[in-house]
Amino acid sequence: MNIHEYQAKALFEKFGVPVPKGAAAKSAEEFDAALGQLADAAIVVKSQIHAGGRGKGTFTDGFKGGVKFCKTKNDAKIVAGKMLGNTLVTIQTGPDGRKVQTVYFTQASDIKKEYYLAILLDRATSRPVIVASTEGGVEIEKVAHDTPEKIFKVHIDPAYGLGDYQIRQLIYALELTPTEGKNATKLIKNLYRMYWETDAAMVEVNPMITTPDDQVLALDAKVSFDANALYRHPEITALRDLAEEDSKEIEASKFNLSYIALDGNIACLVNGAGLAMSTMDIIKHFGGNPANFLDVGGGASKDQVVAAFKIILGDPKVKGIFVNIFGGIMDCNVIATGIVAAVKEVGLSIPLVVRLEGNNVAMGKQALADSGLTIVNGDTMADAAQKIVKLVA
Amino acid sequence: MSILVQPNTKFIVQGITGDFGGRHAKLSLDYGSGLVAGVTPGKGGLTFEYSTYRVPIFNTVREAVAATGATVSVVFVPPPFAGDAILEAVDADLDLVVAITEGIPVRDMVRVKQAMQGRKTRLLGPNCPGIVTPGIGENSKGGCRIGISPGYIHKKGHVGVVSRSGTLTYEAVYQLTVKNIGQTTCVGIGGDPVNGTSHLDVIKLFNADPETHGIILIGEIGGNAEVEAARWIKANCKKPVAGFIAGATAPAGRRMGHAGAIVGGAEDTAAAKIAVFKECGIEIATTPSDMADALVRAAKAKGVTLS
Repeated sequence: MNIHEYQAKALFEKFGVPVPKGAAAKSAEEFDAALGQLADAAIVVKSQIHAGGRGKGTFTDGFKGGVKFCKTKNDAKIVAGKMLGNTLVTIQTGPDGRKVQTVYFTQASDIKKEYYLAILLDRATSRPVIVASTEGGVEIEKVAHDTPEKIFKVHIDPAYGLGDYQIRQLIYALELTPTEGKNATKLIKNLYRMYWETDAAMVEVNPMITTPDDQVLALDAKVSFDANALYRHPEITALRDLAEEDSKEIEASKFNLSYIALDGNIACLVNGAGLAMSTMDIIKHFGGNPANFLDVGGGASKDQVVAAFKIILGDPKVKGIFVNIFGGIMDCNVIATGIVAAVKEVGLSIPLVVRLEGNNVAMGKQALADSGLTIVNGDTMADAAQKIVKLVA
Repeated sequence: MSILVQPNTKFIVQGITGDFGGRHAKLSLDYGSGLVAGVTPGKGGLTFEYSTYRVPIFNTVREAVAATGATVSVVFVPPPFAGDAILEAVDADLDLVVAITEGIPVRDMVRVKQAMQGRKTRLLGPNCPGIVTPGIGENSKGGCRIGISPGYIHKKGHVGVVSRSGTLTYEAVYQLTVKNIGQTTCVGIGGDPVNGTSHLDVIKLFNADPETHGIILIGEIGGNAEVEAARWIKANCKKPVAGFIAGATAPAGRRMGHAGAIVGGAEDTAAAKIAVFKECGIEIATTPSDMADALVRAAKAKGVTLS
């Protein structure tokens, strides 16, 4: 689960990670109150959306830049007025962009140097890793590719925790002065504590900066959390912004379905994540385009299948449906009954190809055949994929 | 021989009184597997009854092991308690613990893995379908089925299957069985970013198992476990290997159901993994329907008999 920068910065402050002073506003009426919390000096206005590349983004009305430097509070107010309610398109949002529902005012900082700092899981070692670089404020992927020697990593023993010696390693690698080092120690220590205690999936500070008076600040904050651990963090769950999520994905999550919208026109309904991914792949392989990823999970009920069909058919791009079920855990007959119920309920008018295999498959196929509905049977994944691609072509 | 579990392996079910654990305990009994005890704290002394089976339930894993001599445990415990359940099995010095539970927080698994260092127990999963060593009976009954796989799709034979995904494993196994090609052992290692046994660990076991003549390696986008396994195969494994990578069409940065299946960088895309597979002499299944055929091609090229 992702959160906004202003929410992440509030968490940073709570854990003692220094950030520039800032205040958020959700409406024009809140601008004065928010700006009132800041000093009468230069201000940076930042659009709050769950996507990167904001600074270089463009609003759909032509206004350029989702992050703006303003010399005065008055300028900041004007700029914020242009951002709020406007739709920002960045390299990460896709062409539709995201509507800016919150703006964040922060006191502009004097920057001596920019650094990169992140904490995430290293899958190869199953340990948290802190990644730091002297090259901040730029794309870290590019730094990793072009100048890997400028990237430093320390792996953390989860039993011992982050060692002081490891922080020293980072500070010397980043060539910080003694005073900067002292301030960075506090920042890194508290940032790791936040990562660990909140079950964060990733914490990225790009850039972390030093100032002319040797302060070390997190100038940006990108934080995501392990969805499986949210049950023990109600205060973080409360930060979820449903406006930033696809409405169909939210609907799906209510039924414990894993759904991700894609650009194609062949909808998929599959059990199991691996099979769902490869169902998308095989559609593409035979020249079609998947409209979604949809995993009904291991123990899908009839209600879930009906909900899945409704979600799929809520996408106007969908021109055909491919149901691919290998019933290891689930009963094919339950799926078949669910399909028949769903089709009858929603009144299906587009082609439907069903490939059923596994547990109780004979009864499942019989239920489909007896339904009187026009359902095309696929014998194998390849056979079914070819049939649906042909039917929507 | 087969790997990790044999038809006579004695195992216990942690969480046997839950719906999920109970249902699959019954299916394992139907398969003729050596389920000897269940563990549910507070239900010790009760009995899990199914058909003519009477499986004793214990409060702790240690008690269950002491009473039955079980060497393997399977965990069906809900996510908030599953990490702890895994460590209870480790504490009882079992050979293998198979964690079926989906949705265990990453931080819990990071701690569990750390705590398992230096212990004898091997972990399979979590978020995995388990392990099946097919038997010689009708529909492969009489084998060892631990977890949630459909037993009847298997057939005893000479192919090893290893995968992160449950349903893709079933797909591969079924394709083999339809072709009358049996399996030694089918292993699901699980779809989570922090798991126990890796692709490479299982490949090494298959390579060392004289009964295994060929291997199907099924991977996904995300991480570098498949690449690590492929490089080892190139250097050490003479057996025919077929490979499939799911997620070629998955958009970058999106989690596709499996917490581990998320593309982070250039190295963990499907295209990058497939390229490494090819370079390492692994026969690529071009679609998921092609997995068994790909292994047949690989075996033919090496003059190996699979069945």
